[in-house]
Amino acid sequence: MNKFLKWFASDSFIVSLAAIVMGLLLGAIVMMIGGYNPITAYGALLSKVFGDWYGFGEALREMTPLVLTGLAVAFAFRAGMFNIGAEGQVLMGMTGASLVGIKITGLPALIHAPLAIIAGALFGGLWAALAGYIKAKRGVNEVITTIMLNWTALFLCNYIVRTFLLVPGNQRSVDIQPSASISIEWLSQMMGNARVHWGILLALLASTFFYYFLWKTKQGFELRAVGSNPEAARYAGINVNKNIVKAMFISGVFAGLAGAFETLGVFHYQSVYASLPGYGFNGIAVALLGMTHPFGVLAGAGLFGTLTYGSAGMSFEAGVPPEIIQIVIGSIIFFIAAQGIVRFILKPVYKRKKEKVL
Amino acid sequence: MAAATPVVELKQITKRFPGIVANDSISIQLQKGEIHALLGENGAGKSTLMNILFGLYQPDEGHVEVNGQTVAIDTPNKAIELGIGMVHQHFKLVQSFTVTENIILGMEPSKGGIQIDYKTATKKVKEISDQYGFHIDPNAKIEDISVGMQQRVEILKTLYRGANILIFDEPTAVLTPQEISELIEIMRKLVAEGKSIILITHKLKEIMSVSDTVTIIRRGKVVDTVKTSETSPLVLAEKMVGRNVSFKVDKKPAEPGETVIEVKDVSLKNKEGISLLNEMSFNVRRGEIVGVAGVDGNGQTQIIEALSGLRKIDSGSIKLSGKEIANHTPRQISESGVGHIPEDRHKHGLVLDFSVSENMVLESYYKKPYTQRGFLNFRAINELATRLVKSFDVRTPSIQTKARSLSGGNQQKAIIAREINKNPDFLIAAQPTRGLDVGAIEFVQTQLIQQRDQGKAVLLVSFELDEILNVSDRIIVVYEGKVIGEVRPEETNDQELGLMMAGSRQGGIANE
Repeated sequence: MNKFLKWFASDSFIVSLAAIVMGLLLGAIVMMIGGYNPITAYGALLSKVFGDWYGFGEALREMTPLVLTGLAVAFAFRAGMFNIGAEGQVLMGMTGASLVGIKITGLPALIHAPLAIIAGALFGGLWAALAGYIKAKRGVNEVITTIMLNWTALFLCNYIVRTFLLVPGNQRSVDIQPSASISIEWLSQMMGNARVHWGILLALLASTFFYYFLWKTKQGFELRAVGSNPEAARYAGINVNKNIVKAMFISGVFAGLAGAFETLGVFHYQSVYASLPGYGFNGIAVALLGMTHPFGVLAGAGLFGTLTYGSAGMSFEAGVPPEIIQIVIGSIIFFIAAQGIVRFILKPVYKRKKEKVL
Repeated sequence: MAAATPVVELKQITKRFPGIVANDSISIQLQKGEIHALLGENGAGKSTLMNILFGLYQPDEGHVEVNGQTVAIDTPNKAIELGIGMVHQHFKLVQSFTVTENIILGMEPSKGGIQIDYKTATKKVKEISDQYGFHIDPNAKIEDISVGMQQRVEILKTLYRGANILIFDEPTAVLTPQEISELIEIMRKLVAEGKSIILITHKLKEIMSVSDTVTIIRRGKVVDTVKTSETSPLVLAEKMVGRNVSFKVDKKPAEPGETVIEVKDVSLKNKEGISLLNEMSFNVRRGEIVGVAGVDGNGQTQIIEALSGLRKIDSGSIKLSGKEIANHTPRQISESGVGHIPEDRHKHGLVLDFSVSENMVLESYYKKPYTQRGFLNFRAINELATRLVKSFDVRTPSIQTKARSLSGGNQQKAIIAREINKNPDFLIAAQPTRGLDVGAIEFVQTQLIQQRDQGKAVLLVSFELDEILNVSDRIIVVYEGKVIGEVRPEETNDQELGLMMAGSRQGGIANE
């Protein structure tokens, strides 16, 4: 408990908090310039998310893929890589889950749903591992390959849906078997049909797994060593190439889970996407917000999800264009990245704190 | 003497960092036109003190006076305004810019407020360069000029900004002997023109040849301030480390046993097909230190990499106690009993963002008791780290401190602790004392000799001839990837070795 309190007083927590406040203030200024009342607007945003059970449930639904793609980007980052391909890995995850969820029949839900989740995770993981393999084998920078693989994934997944799973005449697949669904029906009914599902819980578990795996296990030690100094890792007898592939695989598993949960818990079918849906790119923002720490990612996804989901309420109730929220999110990321600015503004606060100590 | 007001006076400066007092009530006076050397071991607090003078840190107690006036130096810009300039150990230059562009960077003179006035700037740079005999071409690009020249650009930069007080932070660490004597000339010229210089260093030779006054700092405290003319290197060294030192290494004669490592006809080429190792052969026996002498780039790095598994060889064999280990993985080699103190401690030896304790298990983290059922056992890891930090005197605020924040000497001690703790049959020590001060050098060399006395085979690669001559029991000379001679340290001298290193075979052709 003491450790927990200490964390609240820690430098990185205060700076992050200040960055968020400054981002919100900047958004407020933009609203005022546009002639809107920021207090009404932010009030509407909050009441959209916390005003009723439906809004809250839907906001959680919105946050779930953000947590997972955020973890995906953060995990690769800790191992020294920049995974821009969470986007494609999400799509592969959706497709893996759809294939198993639609094509396999006659299984009890207790087996079918986990099987579909595992398929999605594997699809995402292997897709990312491909980029890791190319890096390990040929030294091709993962930023380039993952971006390219995003588009490959988009067209490959659309092809699979069109060829094997299509509802004729529609741009979507048939519905998954009820036994593959991970929706929580009773809770959903209690929350006014908000699309809540087991994936929300699994996303929380995923971030705990991230933490323990990276900082408490032998394999995590290897990944971190490779991430911060590959030369020293090689000297220490760690197989750097194996760890690159492994890190990308695990990163892709997180993203693949995000896709699988969207299919199995939210939509229950898979769309043919005209363009990249954006889950993975938002994941980059969330990872940055969370400073690539798994619990930071949880908080970042919470914030990002609240803001994006709440922005609909803002435009509905206060007439503020929801795009303004993008300004807020953008500036929060900016302030977190440019910590010098935040520290500069916090300087008077810090000085006072120091004097107190003396 | 005390009549003139000092140009800079540091009064009772104290600076604390978490867990450590970096400067403990330090007072120093710098007189006009003097070269004042600041001598101390790595981590003694010299850099912290100079960073305070240059406005990068604020002192917790005490103050700074410039020309008798108390001043608050809270930014480097303020320091520059006061005429203080710093020549950093690691140059802060833009490689693709010209000399002039680098010098005016941050305070570009302009024509009409828009266009940069290169003409005036170039002229001014040329003037200063001529005045002090720098021989710098203002239009040369940094990437095209030598390290010594780059350092002059750094000096010019401070002069261009009107510095009267120059701080040199370990200026000779990166220079060749030729460049060092040129730098000393320049420093003399600067003080002759009325500038004052603070020279941070741990090299006694330079202090004796160039400084007027020396202040010795140990563990954050001033030990003494003396006139250079009234002291000697030995006295200075003892004050610096706080105990008796001898420049001569004490050791018993070697009692070599059976062969531990046998390198036979090892060859390797790089991607371009250029031969880096050319049928290199040598052996190291139990209980002896074999020194490898050679000019940089004659295969030393490659043979070490081959011995430790970081690089594959094309042909030949490497046998450890009779068993072939050539082209095995680094882990296999490490487990079969090879310890390796790497040449570049930042690149290979440490993960700088890991804590001291994590670095202590960098090669053994996967073994019991450090890992149990896949999970790291932090209690065992921390126990080991605490023990090693204590027995090898690694000075760190805590074992959880990041390796990055340790001084070079303590980083090296941490690596040596880890490697010796592996209890290897064969220990490779590559440039083990590079960048270390007298006290740390003595420590490292003693450790190597102790390992020898315990019956280990030690291979010492070093560019410091003194070290090779003092520590080794047997010296092999490498030239263009081949061993071209073998001598005994007591039967040779640095001149003969130097000739052999240059490729002349007149030396002891013992093996052919």
